[in-house]
Amino acid sequence: MQPQRHRGTEEYRRAFSLCLCASVLAIFLSFPAWSAPALKAGVFEPPAKAPEFSLQGTDGKELKLARFQGKITLLVFGFTHCPEVCPTTLATLAQARKQLGAAADAVQVVYLTVDPARDDLDRIRKYLGAFDKSFIGGTARPEVLAAVREHYGVFAKKIESPGENYGMSHSTSVFLIDRQGRLRALMPYGHVPADFVHDLKLLLASK
Amino acid sequence: MRVWLACVLAFALAWMAFAPIAGGDPEELFEIPQGTYARRMAGNKVEILPSTIRLTLGVRNVLLLRNLDEVPQVFGPVLIMPGQSFRLPFELASTYSFACTAHASGQMQVIVDPEPAPGWDRFQWRLLRLRMKGRAL
Repeated sequence: MQPQRHRGTEEYRRAFSLCLCASVLAIFLSFPAWSAPALKAGVFEPPAKAPEFSLQGTDGKELKLARFQGKITLLVFGFTHCPEVCPTTLATLAQARKQLGAAADAVQVVYLTVDPARDDLDRIRKYLGAFDKSFIGGTARPEVLAAVREHYGVFAKKIESPGENYGMSHSTSVFLIDRQGRLRALMPYGHVPADFVHDLKLLLASK
Repeated sequence: MRVWLACVLAFALAWMAFAPIAGGDPEELFEIPQGTYARRMAGNKVEILPSTIRLTLGVRNVLLLRNLDEVPQVFGPVLIMPGQSFRLPFELASTYSFACTAHASGQMQVIVDPEPAPGWDRFQWRLLRLRMKGRAL
């Protein structure tokens, strides 16, 4: 009787050991492979040169991307009467710059209006200043702005309503342009400042 | 022998319910084939991107759009150059709406479902995948 019980115990022990080894192996194989840190924004591969433009800037100078070579440019399209998306996006970017500390000097936010009829330089300047004094806005003739939007695949459409209080439906993503002027990524609306900080640090660290 | 079988079955069930989900390709790929622009210009209706895309966190949570055509294409929320791809990861379960001029509605939705939780949810999810693979064979 005793040897039989011994064999039974041995069998349980082996089965338990096998299950334990198999579990460890299964969990090990299930873990994702190590990979390099990726941007939280959508990434263009390979990155192409960001379309250049020439507009009037709120800082009194010609607004061109080439001016910001060596910096990361965050390009936003919007309008100052925007009730929700633009204020949220600009506040997010202002917060991200604050969180970056000294590195924020290498980040430039550029805001192009999609509503040149109401957004003159003075209005855009005051509007942006409420978020961050370093933000630069831009405007131009409607057809010039429309051409810029076309090059970036940005849409903007007037939502008619009586009187002056019309709205604008427009693309809400933020374009991330690297130090070499390449369009690297696009951050969809809704990301928190920490996501921008994460991506900006990676872009600032990359060549 | 019965003890062995019971152990193996218990392990399999436990693995299905609790093992982390990983491996495989996290990317849901959509490609604009070469000649799409020419076909559109010829009056053909070309629908590549569905108006609703469903992803699952931890399983397939990256939208990969690739333009193999000769001209830039607005694809979902972005303008993609010829030969270029756009890789958009999602980290939060939610419904995302994007403006998309390629669709008649002008909108495209990406619904991101949460990762199946360990336990019954994950077990059901794996069972469903097994059934789908079984049907595909």
